[in-house]
Parts: sequence; C-alpha cells; structure tokens
Amino acid sequence: MVTVAAPAAVTDGEWVRRVAGPIRRVWRLLFSVVLTFLGLTCVTFFIGRVIPIDPVLAIVGDKASIETYNRVRSEIGLDLPIPVQYWRYLLKVLHGDFGNSVITSQPVLQDLLRVFPATLELSLLALIIGVVFGVPLGVIAATHRGRWQDQVIRFGSLIGYSMPVFWLGLIGLLVFYAKLGWVEGPGRLDVSYDDIVPVVTGLITVDSLFAGEHDVFWNSLGHLVLPASILGYLSLAYVARMTRSFMLGQLKQEYILATLAKGLSPFRVVWVHALGNVWVQLVTVIALTFGNLLEGAVLTETVFAWPGLGLYMKNSLFNADLNAVLGGTMLVGVVYIGLNMLSDLIYPLVDPRARERR
Amino acid sequence: MSAALTWRGWLLDPAPVSRRQARLGRWFRAWLAFQRNGLAMTGLCVVSALVLTALAAPLIADPRAAILQVLTERLQPPSASHWFGVDELGRDIFARIVFGARTTLIIVALVSAIVAPVGLAIGLTAGYFGHWIDAVLMRITDIFLSFPRLVLALAFAAALGPGIENAVIAIALTTWPPYARLARAEALTRRRAEFIEAAELQGASHLRIILSQIMPLCLPSVIIRLTLDMAGIILTAAGLGFLGLAAQPPAPEWGAMVSSGRQVLLGQWWVSTIPGIAIFVTSVGFNLLGDGLRDVADSRSS
Repeated sequence: MVTVAAPAAVTDGEWVRRVAGPIRRVWRLLFSVVLTFLGLTCVTFFIGRVIPIDPVLAIVGDKASIETYNRVRSEIGLDLPIPVQYWRYLLKVLHGDFGNSVITSQPVLQDLLRVFPATLELSLLALIIGVVFGVPLGVIAATHRGRWQDQVIRFGSLIGYSMPVFWLGLIGLLVFYAKLGWVEGPGRLDVSYDDIVPVVTGLITVDSLFAGEHDVFWNSLGHLVLPASILGYLSLAYVARMTRSFMLGQLKQEYILATLAKGLSPFRVVWVHALGNVWVQLVTVIALTFGNLLEGAVLTETVFAWPGLGLYMKNSLFNADLNAVLGGTMLVGVVYIGLNMLSDLIYPLVDPRARERR
Repeated sequence: MSAALTWRGWLLDPAPVSRRQARLGRWFRAWLAFQRNGLAMTGLCVVSALVLTALAAPLIADPRAAILQVLTERLQPPSASHWFGVDELGRDIFARIVFGARTTLIIVALVSAIVAPVGLAIGLTAGYFGHWIDAVLMRITDIFLSFPRLVLALAFAAALGPGIENAVIAIALTTWPPYARLARAEALTRRRAEFIEAAELQGASHLRIILSQIMPLCLPSVIIRLTLDMAGIILTAAGLGFLGLAAQPPAPEWGAMVSSGRQVLLGQWWVSTIPGIAIFVTSVGFNLLGDGLRDVADSRSS
C-alpha cells in the first residue's frame, strides 16, 4: 500500500508545480498588466485635462453666449465629476475610440493602424540587425576580455549609445545619399513607385515581394537600408554591451570549467552552453530594445520623412491635434506593456529554473 | 615635494587617528583607483570642461554674438573670426555652442534636482516601512517604469506647451522610478541592521533614522546612477529640442541648432554638424565618467 501511495503524493506535488504555479504566475502578471494599463490611461486622461486649450471654446468659438457655452460643456461631459469623466474616457479607450484627428478628420485609431506598419517595418529590421550582430560581438568581447577585440567592441558600442540618433541620421543622409548616392533618400518609396503595390501587410518590402513587383521591392529596400542600419547600430550597441556583461557572468561559473574538463571544445562551451544561458537574460533586453526603437521612431522618422507613427505624432503635435498625440502615446504605451508581458511569459519557457521558483 | 609626500602618507595612513582622516583617506584611495582608469579620466575632463564652459560662458564668448543676427555674414564657413562658422540667421555658432552648454547643464541639473530627492523619498519610505506602504509605492513605481520615456515626454510637452521647464518636468517624470527602486533595495538591506536598532532605542524618530542613518548610505549608488543616466537625459533633452519642444528660439540649444541646420545641410554642413558633435562629446563624457565611478564602487564593495 505504501508503495502505491508514495507515487500519488509525488504526482500531487507535480501537479501543483506544473499547473497551479503557472496559473498563479499568469494571474499575477495579468493583474500587473491591467494596473499598468489603468495607470497609462490615468496619465493620458490627466494630460488631456491639463492642456491649456479649452475644448469647449474650440467647438463654440469665443463669440458664443454663456448659455451655449454651458450647453456644449455639459454635452461633452465636462461638468461631470472627474472620476465619472475618467470612467467614460476609459470606456471609450477600451472600445478603441480615441476621438477624431483634427488634421485628417478621421478616427485616430484608423490613422494609427494606417501608419503603424511603416514604423514596424523599420524597427523590426533594425532589431534584427541589432540582435544578429550585437549578440556575437558581445560574446567575442566577453571571451577576449581586455584584449584588443574587447576594446574595439566596447568603444564601438560606447559611441553607439552616446550618439544622438537624429544627428547620425542627418549625417548618414548627407554622406550616403547626397554625396555617395549609395542609398535612396527620405521617405519609403520614390514617388513614381507610389500606389503600385496593394496594401496587404503594410510592410512595403513584404507586399511588393508577394505582388511580384521587384522594382518596387528594390526601391523600398534602398529607402529602408539607411535608417534601419542607423537604428540597428544603436540597438547593436546596447545589445552587445548587455551580452558582454551577461557572458562575463556566465564564464565565471564553475560549470564552464566542468564542461571544459569533460573535454568539450571551448567553441562549443562558449557558443552553446554559456550563450544558451545568456539568452534567458537577453529576452528582456531584446524586448526593451524593441520598445526603445518604437519610441525613438519620433526622432528617426522626422529625419527620414518616414511616414510612420513617429512622424504622425510629431505632425499632430505641432497642429495641436491632442487626440492624435494621446492616441499615439496610448498605442506605444500598450505595445510597451505588451512587450514587458511577453518577456515575462517567455522567461520561464527558456529558463527551467524560473519555472521551479514560487 | 616632501609636503606632498607627507600629505599622501597622512591620507593613506592605515591607522587613521581621527574620523576626518579616515574619511578623507577613503576618498583619496577611491580617487587613486579612479585616476588609474584612463577612459574615466577622459570622461572627467570632458564633463569638467563642460561645467567650466557653462560657468564662464560670458568670458569665453560674447553673449550678444549668440543671439545677434548679422544677415550679411550668414552661412559663413568656419574661419579665424568665426571658429565654428555662422548659422543661417548670421549668428556665431561658437558663441551659441558655448551658451548652449548652459542650457544643457541647466536641464541636467534641474532633472537631477527633481529625480534624486523624489526617488529617494519614495524608495526609502517604501523600503523602511514595508508592508502595504511598500506594496502601493512600488506598484506606482512599476507603472511609471513601464512607460515609454520620449513619447510620454512628448505628450506632456504637447499638453504643457514647449519650453525648458516643461521638458524638464517631462523628463523627470519618466526618470525617477529606477532611483526609487535603488533606494528601496538599500533601505531593505539596512532596515534590520544593528545601528538602526540602536538609533531606535535611543528614541530617534522614523524621519530622523531615514534621513541621518539610511539616506547617507544610499547616496553613493544614487550619484553613480545619476552620472550614468546623464547621457540619456542629455540625449532625450536634445531630442526634444530637435523636435522644437525644449528651449524656444532664439535661446541657444544644441538639439534645436541641429534641427535648424537641416535646410542647409547639403551646402553648409557645419551648421548642423557642430552642435551634433557637442551633444555627442558631452554624452560620451558622462558615459565614461559614470562607467569609471561604477568600476571604483564595484571594486570597493567586492
């Protein structure tokens, strides 16, 4: 009997570890995500309230009588208590209603969905460049600590994360577009290629490939390569720096010595065993890098006249189009929160130890 | 020579006789370690040069030249009379760079003056009292930590209107959370220490214990973190300036100067390029200094 009971107890503990733990973790994560989202809406709501423009005056004009003014004021709900106003605002946001843009006179959400793919195309390519080059460089810097390889890589990344991105973009345009003519200029496409490819994903490089328009593809790639390389370099700097410090932490561990003593080649130990453990920490860094790319878009897109989210927000900003600015803020904020959540979810998948805890 | 040797001997004395000697000796040893790091010293030089330039700006360049528009001389290349050339409105770029150092330093100083006390106050309170106070304060910190910095600063600047003060508020609002976390972690580790207990038994109030016992221990890590953050703050501020959301014309601000040179970039490269180099050099300087300080602190603690 005892021999039967013992495995049952083990499976009970097993069940708690396998199912109940993750459920509690996911629940906790959802709680914090919802809380952060509420905080974000509080901030955007507050920003919408402190703006010096009187929304009522904007509608009725300054010649309206006091009765008209009061009527409009209660129509848009400004006479309600602040918590009620916030509640109504929250409901609208949850329904995807950010109001209409003053410039395009379309719903802000529709505008955001139209411009977002351009930003996504640019930041995804930059992220790929950053990870593909940044991680190996970081590993090399760590394995050659203190030698010239390390010095060069550290110096290169120091320059990267000290660089004002908008300025590097301008210099890049000056050198590679104006002087050398190696790449295409600002914008996503030459005017002559506009509207040839039907919009499917919104990523012009992908759409043009699917449509079989190779001229459009090469042209769009020519426009994409400079801003993506510059952003990619900046992400590379950060990724390489973090990879280096994570790798240094791993290479100090005793298991490295053990695997070497077992007779594994140093190459395998570094690139498979140590780097395998570093990926766990890199997930968060990569998510963070992507978030930085999205918000840095405001500057890069201004320089490269790239018709994405950043340029949209910047133009709205200077036309006092607050709905559009707050909608854009909300979109970036939500993506940010989503990225944080995603890295929290992926973390235990790549690291068994994180699953054991709690 | 002998005086320097005795000073040195007094500072490095392994058996200091007074508290002051011990403290100065500790600082001197940290300085010796810092001095050996060439890159960190480069950073220190750059940052000192920036501070000196900002303080002595009227002695280095003519204040009127930074704003005075001499349209007949517009867009002149760098020369003996205009070291960095002349911008599109006929203003001397060298003078504008020198006075722009003031703008940059003012922004950095104001942000630090807001961020460090706010972060310390929230973090120390959370770490010292613990329980639900900790939970609530850290939740709020986490919420602010997960906001996109530049975009939020943008939205704030849009709501409050462009200007240095609003840029500072916007940057500070998104910079304080790491300081609160840092201070909380320090407070948590010291909370149960015996010297805190001793102070409590002597009847010291909570406020007194936090201010006189725990806060001094947090300051070094907060200062190092601030130095490391400076470059980021400068880049964000320059970015806001580039977008036209920080200092308003004609006040000299490096980011705005890069932006104003965009129209003439192809013909007159210096108008945009030189302020960009100024931003870059300053940011490298702060990064090197911060890395150096961190290395010294790490080697001392380990």
